[in-house]
Amino acid sequence: MTLAASGIRRELMKGNEAICVGAIAAGCRFYYGYPITPQNDIPEYMAAHLPPIGGMFLQAESEVATINFLLGTSAAGKRVMTSSSGPGISLMQEGLSYMAGMELPAVIVNISRSGPGLGGIAPSQGDYFQAVKGGGHGGYRMPVLAPHSVQEMYSLTMRAFDLSDKYRNPAMILGDAVIGQMKEPFVPTPYLPAVSAEKPWALTGCAGRERRIVKSLYLKDDEIEVHNWKLHRKYAAMQEEEVLYESYCMDGARVVIVAFGTAARVSKTAIQVARREGIPVGMLRPVTLFPFPSREVNEAAGAADAILVIEMNTGQMLEDVRMSTRHHDRIRFLGKPCAIPAPEEILQEIRRLAGEIGARPVRVR
Amino acid sequence: MNHKGKETFPREVFSRPRSLIDVRSHYCPGCHHGIAHRILAETIDRFDVREKTVGVAPVGCAVLMYDYIDVDFTEAPHGRAPAVATGVKRAHPDRFVFTYQGDGDLAAIGTSEIIHAANRGENITVLFINNTTYGMTGGQMAPTTMLGQKTATSPYGREFRNDGYPIKVAELLATIEGTAYSARVATSTPAQIRKAKEAVRKAFDMQIREVGFSLVEFLSTCPTNWGMKPLDAQKRVLGEISGYFPLGVYKERKQADFV
Repeated sequence: MTLAASGIRRELMKGNEAICVGAIAAGCRFYYGYPITPQNDIPEYMAAHLPPIGGMFLQAESEVATINFLLGTSAAGKRVMTSSSGPGISLMQEGLSYMAGMELPAVIVNISRSGPGLGGIAPSQGDYFQAVKGGGHGGYRMPVLAPHSVQEMYSLTMRAFDLSDKYRNPAMILGDAVIGQMKEPFVPTPYLPAVSAEKPWALTGCAGRERRIVKSLYLKDDEIEVHNWKLHRKYAAMQEEEVLYESYCMDGARVVIVAFGTAARVSKTAIQVARREGIPVGMLRPVTLFPFPSREVNEAAGAADAILVIEMNTGQMLEDVRMSTRHHDRIRFLGKPCAIPAPEEILQEIRRLAGEIGARPVRVR
Repeated sequence: MNHKGKETFPREVFSRPRSLIDVRSHYCPGCHHGIAHRILAETIDRFDVREKTVGVAPVGCAVLMYDYIDVDFTEAPHGRAPAVATGVKRAHPDRFVFTYQGDGDLAAIGTSEIIHAANRGENITVLFINNTTYGMTGGQMAPTTMLGQKTATSPYGREFRNDGYPIKVAELLATIEGTAYSARVATSTPAQIRKAKEAVRKAFDMQIREVGFSLVEFLSTCPTNWGMKPLDAQKRVLGEISGYFPLGVYKERKQADFV
């Protein structure tokens, strides 16, 4: 069915707003947050749009309170979301650890900025480690989805709700100021739930059933070890079942870029130019940062002559790429901690690498 | 008999509250958590809200209170119980939601969360247990530790120039517009226990009538960490502690008039 026939109209929106539209489409009626640049479009949109549809918007006194509002509403069985940026996400790490331990779903959006500390509001991918390695205490993971377009801000938000409910675990959208603030058309495809809406663990008062307890404290015998292995099996299942990635111009690619989010977006432009020059370059774009597409990266590294990791940081996903493959000698890195790499910079690096591996362009100037 | 039913004879005049689970607790001899738990359970039964209650447990000695009170329960990170309760109550405004927090939890690490929950007039009930020390971690100085009191982290006695003064929570929260009810009680004599029950009943009533945020501060004991016999600990509450922390009702709204 064509788009016109389906009656779905394309929308022109900011990435941050598309997240809100996706969340509401996925049935999220509870949003809590605290102001921080560059994600204020999200609470502002939710404050305007949730109350009229019977939803709840509440501005918290801090991100510490915010994540605990989420914890309570999630324990009560409702879909709930927050958004913030680096400094605020840091304040939420305690609550995220508790929620992972208590097995509570929620969606946390990080429209990241430059750090460390107060840093700056320029786009950055410096929160990769914090997002994918379990930023809080005790050792846990959560699905981390990295959109590179407004369309994905919409669709991956819906997916994040399903993943968090499926695994009873927080899930994160990791964007940045570029994806959040830019406007482009997207198609608000209908939400098709991938999980049951049943939450047989939710706290609603024990009328007509045994009472329920949601907790992360396990003191007796080896309970906490058993609990940790149970959590580990969930993370292992995510690794098996939930990897998402995009293969871009990978046909015959001898130089393979690995990049996510805005860095991947810019890389596409450079790849198009390089391909026109006859350079066999492609990209493997991780869409899930956890679980990381390790198998796919390894296969690409085995087939290519060079792997070019491009990040808006000084090399974080780079470590996961290295861990995915033994072909370390083929890995190169281009990083800009607090700025977007220009297509020209990437193109220059592609050309240089093509020369290095003897994959010179078919047509040179 | 229940509080609204007819009296019949012979009648039972004393029994374990339905909401209090029949197990041995982990609390130390002479500790007043048991009394506060019983008052809480009796009041849950009295209002017949056991099946529509969600409790929020603190971090501290009462972290395991879900083993004793027979309602749906969630844990909260240290000090965050009022924020967690906010999340539960916003999701289910028709459920009864309470937190039960110690002085370290509520008056130190959780100061921000309790003040803003009160200021929002969050329609929850807070039972605040003030025993002037961190019990669970081994008797360190609390925000409510008395001046001169020796603890594991104030071995020379709390000194105001270094550590500040013991914080008066019931009075502090009474100054906040959103607070519907704020009272301080003790449980060291039968008469005090009766007054404590009345205060908890009023606090429950505030939530059920949707008047807003309610808090009851209990002056409690910690014989283990005070290094005292239980009876001496009672005397300390009746004398020194209630001298600095006066018992009484500090705020009582008649209705939700803060529109």
